[in-house]
Amino acid sequence: MNLDSLLPNLGEWLRGNGPESDIVISTRIRLARNLAGSPFSNRASAAQKAETEARIRDAIAKLDLPHKLDYVDVSKLTPIDRQFLIERQLMSRELGSVLEGPRGVAFDERESVSVMVNEEDHLRLQVMRSGVALEEAWAEIDHLDDLLETKLTYAFHEQFGYLTACPTNVGTGMRASVMLHLPALSLTKEIEKLFRSLQKINLVVRGLYGEGSRASGDLYQISNQVTLGKSESLVLREIREVISQILQYERRARQLLVKERKQAEQDRVARAIGTLGSATMITSEETMELLSTVRLGIQLHLLEDLPATTVNQLFIHTQAAHLQKLMGTPLDGEERNSARAKYLRNKLRELGASQR
Amino acid sequence: MNPCQFCGAPATVHLTDIVNKKKREMHLCESCAREQNLIPDAPSPQLNLPALLQLLMSQLAPSPSEADADDLDPASLTCPDCGLKYAQFRADGRLGCPEDYDVFLPVLMPILERVHRGLQHRGKTPKAVQEQMAKNEIADLKAQLTDAIAIEDYEEAARLRDRIRGKEAAG
Repeated sequence: MNLDSLLPNLGEWLRGNGPESDIVISTRIRLARNLAGSPFSNRASAAQKAETEARIRDAIAKLDLPHKLDYVDVSKLTPIDRQFLIERQLMSRELGSVLEGPRGVAFDERESVSVMVNEEDHLRLQVMRSGVALEEAWAEIDHLDDLLETKLTYAFHEQFGYLTACPTNVGTGMRASVMLHLPALSLTKEIEKLFRSLQKINLVVRGLYGEGSRASGDLYQISNQVTLGKSESLVLREIREVISQILQYERRARQLLVKERKQAEQDRVARAIGTLGSATMITSEETMELLSTVRLGIQLHLLEDLPATTVNQLFIHTQAAHLQKLMGTPLDGEERNSARAKYLRNKLRELGASQR
Repeated sequence: MNPCQFCGAPATVHLTDIVNKKKREMHLCESCAREQNLIPDAPSPQLNLPALLQLLMSQLAPSPSEADADDLDPASLTCPDCGLKYAQFRADGRLGCPEDYDVFLPVLMPILERVHRGLQHRGKTPKAVQEQMAKNEIADLKAQLTDAIAIEDYEEAARLRDRIRGKEAAG
C-alpha cells in the first residue's frame, strides 16, 4: 500500500462533521486482546512474534468486512512513514518508534478501523468516529472483535476477563476516549477544576497523543481508567454522561466569552490568522495553539470565511511527517519550521483568494 | 466393583464428596481404610470424621506454595511458563503471559483492587467461552442429578432435570 495516497484525505477522526463537532473532535474505542497460550509481546522471542503476526495477519485477511483492512508491515516502514501513521492516529507511538521486531497495523480506507499487531498486547483493535459517537464505535468494534474471535483463540480468564500484558487493561480490555477541543474552559482556567473532578470518578485526561503527552492546542482526550468490574456498556454510559456535562460547561464558557469580551476575542482570532498567514518560521506547537484560536473563532462566528474542516487540514498537514511528505523531502527541525510557515502562508492565501 | 485406590483389593468403603460443585469419589478396601484411620479399630465401627477430613484435604488442598501464598515472599514467585520473575513485574508493571495472572495472583489482587476497585470481570465474554461455561454448568447439574437420584431425593431430582432441560434448550 502506498501511504502517500492518504495524504489528501482527512481520515475519519478529522472529518469534522460528526455529532457535537463544534467541540468534539473524535471518539475512539480500543480493545486489547491476546492470543491464548502465547507469551505477551514483551516476553516473546522474535520467532514467537513472527508466528503471532502471521496468525493474526491471516485472520485479518479472512475477515468478511464491508471495508477491508490492509495490512502494513511496520518493521519495513521508513521512520517518516511510521511517524505519518502515528500522526494520523492509525497506530501508537509505542508501535511506531519504541517496539521492535515483527509488528504491523491493518486499517481500512476510511481510516476508521485499525488493528495493531504485536503492540504491548498481541492485538489492539481500534475504531474511530468523527464527533461523539460512543455507541456506533462500540457496535463496530464489538462486531470486529466477534469476527476475529471466530478465527483466533483469545486469552480469557473467568474471573479477570480478557488478559492483557498490563494489569491496568485487564477485564474488558476497553479504553474509550473522546477528544475534545476546550479552548474556552482553558481560557477561563476552569479546566483544572474539571480535571480534578474527573479523576475522582476514575476518568483520565490526556493530551493529543495519549499517555504522557501534553495537551497541545487545547485538545484533551477523556477516557475510562477502569476495565475490571464494570461492563463495557456501563463504562460507555458513564463517559457519555460526563461528556455531555463538559459540553455544557464549554458552551457556557464560550457564550460568556462572546458576551463579555467579544472585541478582545475577535482581536485574538485576527492575530492568530495574521501570524499563521505571515510567519516565516513556525513550530508545530505554536501552529497548534494558533489553530485552536482559529477553530474557536469559527465556532463563535468571529470568522465567517473559513470552514472548520480547513482547520483540520492545516492541523494534520503541518505535523512533521505530513509536512515532509508534502514537501517531498526529509527536513530537519529548522527546515520544517520554515516549510511549515511557507505551507501555511500559501494555504491561507489560496483560501483568501477563493473566498473573494 | 471399584478396586481400592491404595492397594487394588476390592473396595468396600466408598466416599463421595462434593466441593465447589465438583464431585470426588474415593474407594478403599477395609484394611486400607483402617490404615488411614478412617475406621477406628475398636470398639465401634464408626467413621473417624477428623481423619476422613484430613485425608480428603490432603488430596484437595492446593500445593504448599498456593496454600502459604499469604506468608510467601513474593520475590520468589516465578512463572514456570514464561519465566517472569516478580522483581521484573514490579520493575516494569508488565506481565509476561496469560498464566501470570494465576502465578502472581496474590500480588496482583491488591493491584487490581486499587486500579479498578473491582476483581470480577463483568463484560463481554468470548462466544466459545460462553458455550464452554454453559456446558460445564449442565455437566455440574447432571452430576447433582445423579447424586439426587442416588439418595432418592426425587423432588430435587425433578427440579434439577427441569433446569438441565431449560439450559439445554437455551444452548
